Amino acid sequence: MAADRGAPLLEVNDLIVRYGDRTVLDGLSFTVGRGEIFGLLGPNGSGKSTTFSVLTGLLAPAAGRFRFDGADIEPGARSLRARIGVVFQKPSLDKSLSGRENLMLAARLHGVPRADRRARVAALLELAELADRADEPVKKLSGGMARRLELARSLVHEPILVVMDEPTSGLDERSFQRTWDRLERLRRERGLSILVSTHRPEEAARCDRIALIDDGKLVACDTPEALRTSVSGDLVTLVGADAEALAALVRERFGVEARVIDNAVSLRCDEGHALIPRIVEALPAGRLKAVHLERPGLAEVFLARTGRTLDDEGRPAAPLDRATP
Amino acid sequence: MNTATAAAPDTTAAHAPEPARLSAELATIGVLWRRDLVRFLRQRSRLVGALAQPLVFWLIIGGGMASTFNLPTAEGLGYMEYFFPGILVMMVLFAAIFGTITVIEDRHEGFLQSVLAGPGSRGALVLGKAAGVSSVGLLQAATFLIFVPWAGFQYGAIDWPLLATFLVLGALGLSAFGFALAWFIDNSQGYHAIMSILLLPGWVLSGAMFPVSDKSPALSAIMRGNPMSYLVSGVRRAFYVDAPPLGTTVGSHLAVDLAVVAGFAVASLSLATWLCYKRR
Repeated sequence: MAADRGAPLLEVNDLIVRYGDRTVLDGLSFTVGRGEIFGLLGPNGSGKSTTFSVLTGLLAPAAGRFRFDGADIEPGARSLRARIGVVFQKPSLDKSLSGRENLMLAARLHGVPRADRRARVAALLELAELADRADEPVKKLSGGMARRLELARSLVHEPILVVMDEPTSGLDERSFQRTWDRLERLRRERGLSILVSTHRPEEAARCDRIALIDDGKLVACDTPEALRTSVSGDLVTLVGADAEALAALVRERFGVEARVIDNAVSLRCDEGHALIPRIVEALPAGRLKAVHLERPGLAEVFLARTGRTLDDEGRPAAPLDRATP
Repeated sequence: MNTATAAAPDTTAAHAPEPARLSAELATIGVLWRRDLVRFLRQRSRLVGALAQPLVFWLIIGGGMASTFNLPTAEGLGYMEYFFPGILVMMVLFAAIFGTITVIEDRHEGFLQSVLAGPGSRGALVLGKAAGVSSVGLLQAATFLIFVPWAGFQYGAIDWPLLATFLVLGALGLSAFGFALAWFIDNSQGYHAIMSILLLPGWVLSGAMFPVSDKSPALSAIMRGNPMSYLVSGVRRAFYVDAPPLGTTVGSHLAVDLAVVAGFAVASLSLATWLCYKRR
């Protein structure tokens, strides 16, 4: 069937997942366009990993409609599983086998023709910058190398969509940047669509569009820039002893909304550069240890929209592996 | 898909089509089978241990029991000979236990995740894993056959097709049963507990160490209800060209042993597949 190029590659409609009487995903809907990098942003326990598990067929939802590449499909259908690449949050390589062996097994699993396997695996090892360590057992590779290998593995059957669950968790800043440079190159060169779930605002900022998810519900869905401009003003952070008292004081004296986050007072205002001197003047010397001013990022957008930070465990993480929906 | 690709070659040109269903199933079975075999053959220490442990068991327990073992229905039957088929079944059982306990971790934080999310079905996953684990157990049991002469048997007197049939069916059944337990319990400590209260006693009460005796009706009933008894019985039959010594088998006839062992394999594979679909 000819796929309509204008239509999204993947449509998820009214997805509902329950664990017992708890509703973990409550009517979630979103679309991923062709060649788009789409992010699901939310704290642990918000339902992103559950969404990921439903898409990869690891979890059966209570309800939901799915369209993939122009056809209605069942959740976790083989037609979807065969054509997507998956990067799991937890390691999914055989640690006793080498990188090359892992990729060869994946190529075999996905029906890559025998004649193409060796060359394709070699090319992916190059892409992952692991060609020189391809024959060492995976357990001897560093965490960052293993993550690169996981990404390479997900591409072995040339999928149309790659689904990634917290792909850069545990990576340092440099590896993070390189991973995303690589993903953007894949999108550019191969037209790959990418669906990534993350709780890192800097990761969401690399997406074309993101869906903010909180408590199993879609809070907002737009480009990172549009979401950022939807929140006006500046973000001022005050660091000082007894943050609660400091917040109360600032609220009372200046009439601004102030919250305590991580032992610091966070407040939003229209003109931070005008407010800061007034606060500093008003407080006794030494009361403040540091003052910070920034434009709202996606973390602040999330906070403004949900009243929760991305580091919050909104509620205990869903015990996915024990799920019997 | 083709027309769309032609219209805009920039995006989907490189993407592979979906493989046919049967080849996806066969590939899934093949990948899991190969993986367990490669892992086993790579670890030399595991190879040595896999042979040394049953040998020590056979020599120590066999040696200890030799002087007291006396089966009235089979005068002159030595214990080393009696115990040998049971040791082969033990090897297959241990391989099944240690090969499937890893499923618990592998499924949540390991390779199996990628197979679950891959193009094959859960039925293929169960078959592939059972085939891999069984092959490891069968390789070990086959190696142990070098001790056949010390048990008092002759290579020429062994019914090889029968031996292979029972060992293969038994290994598949026990592997699939272990898989079902691992999938259902989903917790290593729990699996260890079941191993020590169900699987190991199950082997002891299979006729591997002592024959069924009607002196204790309760014990006899347990042994007759235990599928592993029919496996030990069938393996024992393969070592005797005529009939095995009287009183050393559970099934009254070869067909009974074979039917129970084959039924156990089919039931275990079905149970494992059903659980694998049911409890994601």
